[in-house]
Amino acid sequence: MKPDPSRLPSAPRPPVLEPAPVPEVPAVDILSAEKIYPNGTRALLPVDLSLREGEFVTLLGPSGCGKSTLLKMVAGLLEPSDGRLLLWRKPVAELAQTGRRMAFVFQSPTLMPWASVRSNVRLPLDLAGVPRAEAEARVSEVLALVGLSKFDRALPRALSGGMQMRVSIARGLVTEPDLLLMDEPFGALDEITRHKLDADLLELWRKKKLTVIFVTHSIHEAVFLSSRVVMMAARPGRVVEQFFIDEPHPRQADFMVSPQFSQYARQLQDSLLRASAEEPSP
Amino acid sequence: MSPAPLHKVAPTQKPPVAWLHRPEVQRVVYPLLVGLFLLALWQGLVTGLELPPYLVPSPGLMLQTLIKDWATLGLALWVTLKITLFAFALAVVVGVLISFLFVQSRLIETALFPYAVLLQVTPIVAVAPLIIIWVRDATLSMVICAALVALFPIISNTTLGLRSIEPDLQNYFRLNHATRWQSLVRLRIPSALPYFFGGLRISSGLALIGAVVAEFVAGTGGTGAGLAYQILQAGFQLNIPRMFAALLLISLTGVALFALMAWLSRRALSGWHASETSHE
Repeated sequence: MKPDPSRLPSAPRPPVLEPAPVPEVPAVDILSAEKIYPNGTRALLPVDLSLREGEFVTLLGPSGCGKSTLLKMVAGLLEPSDGRLLLWRKPVAELAQTGRRMAFVFQSPTLMPWASVRSNVRLPLDLAGVPRAEAEARVSEVLALVGLSKFDRALPRALSGGMQMRVSIARGLVTEPDLLLMDEPFGALDEITRHKLDADLLELWRKKKLTVIFVTHSIHEAVFLSSRVVMMAARPGRVVEQFFIDEPHPRQADFMVSPQFSQYARQLQDSLLRASAEEPSP
Repeated sequence: MSPAPLHKVAPTQKPPVAWLHRPEVQRVVYPLLVGLFLLALWQGLVTGLELPPYLVPSPGLMLQTLIKDWATLGLALWVTLKITLFAFALAVVVGVLISFLFVQSRLIETALFPYAVLLQVTPIVAVAPLIIIWVRDATLSMVICAALVALFPIISNTTLGLRSIEPDLQNYFRLNHATRWQSLVRLRIPSALPYFFGGLRISSGLALIGAVVAEFVAGTGGTGAGLAYQILQAGFQLNIPRMFAALLLISLTGVALFALMAWLSRRALSGWHASETSHE
C-alpha cells in the first residue's frame, strides 16, 4: 500500500481519558462476567465492558491476565462462571437470531494442512451450506482483499507465516462478519510483517465497518490499532483501566513515530506497571 | 547499441553419474547393491566351503528350484497371498470401525481398550487351534487368525489419529456450528490419515505373519496348501532348496506389501504431512 501524500498527519491532540461515550448501537455487552475454574483458580474477576458498533477495542495485558479467556467467553467457546454476555442485546448462543455474524481468528493460523488455501477459506461457507458457486465467488473476492489471489491453489505449508495468517483472516472475513474477534493473531510474526498486517487490518476494519475485539500483549500494536484500549492485569486476571486513543483514521505509519503515539504508549506502560505493582482488592 | 554478447554458458558439466545422486534412484540402487553383494558372498561361501545343498543351498540352486517347482510354489504363494489380503482387508475394516466406536466416547474406549490389548498380547499360535476347531472352513479360520494379528495396530493408530486434532481447529468447527458428521468427514478423518497409514504399514506385514502362522497350525495340505505347508513338507523331505525358495517368496511378498503401503501413504499425504514431504 502506498501512503497517500495528500493525507497529512493530523495535528497533535492531547490524549483523552474520559468515560466511554454513550453506546449508540451496543454490539457487545459484558455484564459482570467472571471465570473461576473448578479448582478455585480465578482466571478472571467480574468484568463490565460494553462495545458499540464499529469500535476497535484492544484487550492489552501480560500473559495470565485473562484476555484470551474474556475473548473466548465473548465467542461462546468458554462459559462464564457467573455474569452474562450479550451480543446485540441477545445471549451469545442466540447471535444467529440477531442476523449478525461473528468470526474468530486464532493465535496460530489453524488451517487444514491437507486443504488448499481456497478450500480453507471456503470452509465456513461449506459448513453453513452456502451453494458452491456463490461460495467460490465470495472466496475469490476475499482472497483478493487480503492479496492472496495468486496462491489460492497452494497448500498452507507452502506459504510463509504471514501469508498463512492472511488466509486465516480471509477465512474470518468470508462470512461477512459484523464482529471480529482476534486472539493475538500476529504474535508469532516478525515485526515488519506484523506492522504490515496491522495496517491492512485497520484498512479492512474501516472498509467493512467491523466491530473488532483484538487481544495483544504489544503496547505499540494496541495504540496503533485501537479506538479504545482495555488494560488488564494478572493474578488474578482483571480489567484495570481503559484508554481512548483519540486519533483519527486512516492512521498511517507516521502515526507510530509521532509524539502523541509515544505519549499514549507511555500512559499504557505506566498503567501496566501500576497494575502489576498493586495488589487487587479482594 | 548492440546488446552485449551473451556469454555462452556451457551446459553445467554434470558428472556422468549424476543420476546416482537422485534420492529416488539411491533408494533402489543402494539396497540392491547390498543385496547383490550378500548373494555373491553366499554363493562364494557355499561353493568355496563345499557346503552340501541339504544344509545350505546356494542362491543359484534356490532360484533353479524356484523355477523348477514354480507350479507348486506359485500355487502355494497364491493361497498364502489370498489369506493375507483377505485378513488384511478384514483387519482394516474391523479396526477402523472399532476406532470410530472408540472415539465416540471416552467411556467406550476406557471400557473396551484393555480387551483390544488382550487380543494383541495373546500369542496367535495359542489361539489358532481353537479358532480352527470352531470355524469349520479352513480358509476362513486362517483368515480370522491372520486378521486377529493384524488388527491391533489399525485400532490403536486410527484411534490415536482420530483424537489428534488441533484443538483450535476443533474450536473453529464448533464456532461455525459444524455438525458431528461435518467434523468427522472434514476434520477427524483427514487428521487421522497419517496415523492410519502408519498402522497400515505395520499391519500388512503382520497379516502375512499371521497367515503363515495359521497355515502352520492348520497344516492344511492338498489344493489349499500355502507356502507354510510347502516349508513344512520340504522340511520333512529334507528338500532344503525348496524350503529356501518358499522362504524367499514369503519375504518378497512382505516387502512388496510394505512397498505398496508406503506408496499409498505417499500418494495420500504428499504435500501436506511432514512425514511424506521431501527433505530437500
